[in-house]
Amino acid sequence: MKCRKCENKASIHMRQHKLALCKEHYLEWVPEQTERFIKKYEMFAPEEKILVAVSGGKDSLSLWHILLKLGYQADGLYLGLGIDGGINYSHESQRLTEEFAAKNNLKLHIVDIEKEYGQPIPVIAQRSHRGDGKPCAVCGLAKRHEMNRIARDLGYDVLATGHNLDDEAAVLFGNTLNWSSEYLLRQGPVLPGTAGLARKVKPLCRFYEREMTAYAILSGIEYIYEECPFAEGSQSIFYKESLNQLETARPGAKLIFYLNFLEAKKSGNLFLEKNVEMADLHPCPKCGQPTSTPDFCSFCRMIEKTKDN
Amino acid sequence: MAVKLILRDKEYEVRPGMALVDALKKNNIVPEAVIATRDGEMITDDEILRDGDVVKLIAVISGG
Ligand code: SF4
Ligand SMILES: [Zn+2]
Ligand SMILES: [Zn+2]
Repeated sequence: MKCRKCENKASIHMRQHKLALCKEHYLEWVPEQTERFIKKYEMFAPEEKILVAVSGGKDSLSLWHILLKLGYQADGLYLGLGIDGGINYSHESQRLTEEFAAKNNLKLHIVDIEKEYGQPIPVIAQRSHRGDGKPCAVCGLAKRHEMNRIARDLGYDVLATGHNLDDEAAVLFGNTLNWSSEYLLRQGPVLPGTAGLARKVKPLCRFYEREMTAYAILSGIEYIYEECPFAEGSQSIFYKESLNQLETARPGAKLIFYLNFLEAKKSGNLFLEKNVEMADLHPCPKCGQPTSTPDFCSFCRMIEKTKDN
Repeated sequence: MAVKLILRDKEYEVRPGMALVDALKKNNIVPEAVIATRDGEMITDDEILRDGDVVKLIAVISGG
């Protein structure tokens, strides 16, 4: 397969866009697209100060990398969760994040939960008896709280996270299965700031997880490949796997699922109960059933047509 | 010799002459969930696998 732009051998084929690109053109394409999304969803302006939440994973490090390439002022925030899980998870991810920052001469804030609050996440989770056996609920709460705190205390205009389309589609899938209307209405690429809370943005929300992995690999970014040990068997991973099955059978399905949701939400009609407008309906001159199509109803028109032939 | 696919600590053997996408599907690996590299270079799904190829698969899903 050849690159669409230069005829060299392609490194990646994105079925949902019917687009194959070589390494060089892919590494141009991703930042270009990111810039397009930043503008489209009005995430931030060039003069704003951005705080990027970095975890040492492929998405957040790539996001930081892309924002710098695009010339934005972006500092990093790493939260030390104190998760070991037999693979030294937190230490390793912190080391990779620090290395990335040092290599690229970037400013990185580090907040260690244990130093700040006396206990690491798994212990807080145990002692607070929240979230049956898994620390994820506590972890999520602590992350949100600390990101907001640092963004506010250090005067950042906006907080950027590395959520990709698969993350967003998995959340959307879960919220749709439960019809959690409140969560659905809050989900989107931008969460506006309020007094004391920085605006939150997700500049990578339209890239597939696969594309972000490709970006990290092709850029030579060293990221933590191992999962957080508590992610294993999580619902979000199950949803992602299910959506990928769907994607394989119907390329573009994930993208459409997410983008059409954003469109429907923007239209303001997502959860409005509408009266089925009787005014627009009239009886079909042939069969008498109410129809909205002018003249004959669709069925009668179909039958008429088949008669003609 | 054959073609070897490596994903985390698992190895799969496939026949040479097959396209990568078919080799993945044959082993129940969802193509959307991996990136394939050969000799350190990323390769696309349509690539025909040759005898002796070692394809390293990188899982793309992360959770939490
Ligand atoms: S998997 Fe759970 S514990 Fe691990 S980082 Fe994610 S939310 Fe935190
Ligand atoms: Zn090219
Ligand atoms: Zn508080």
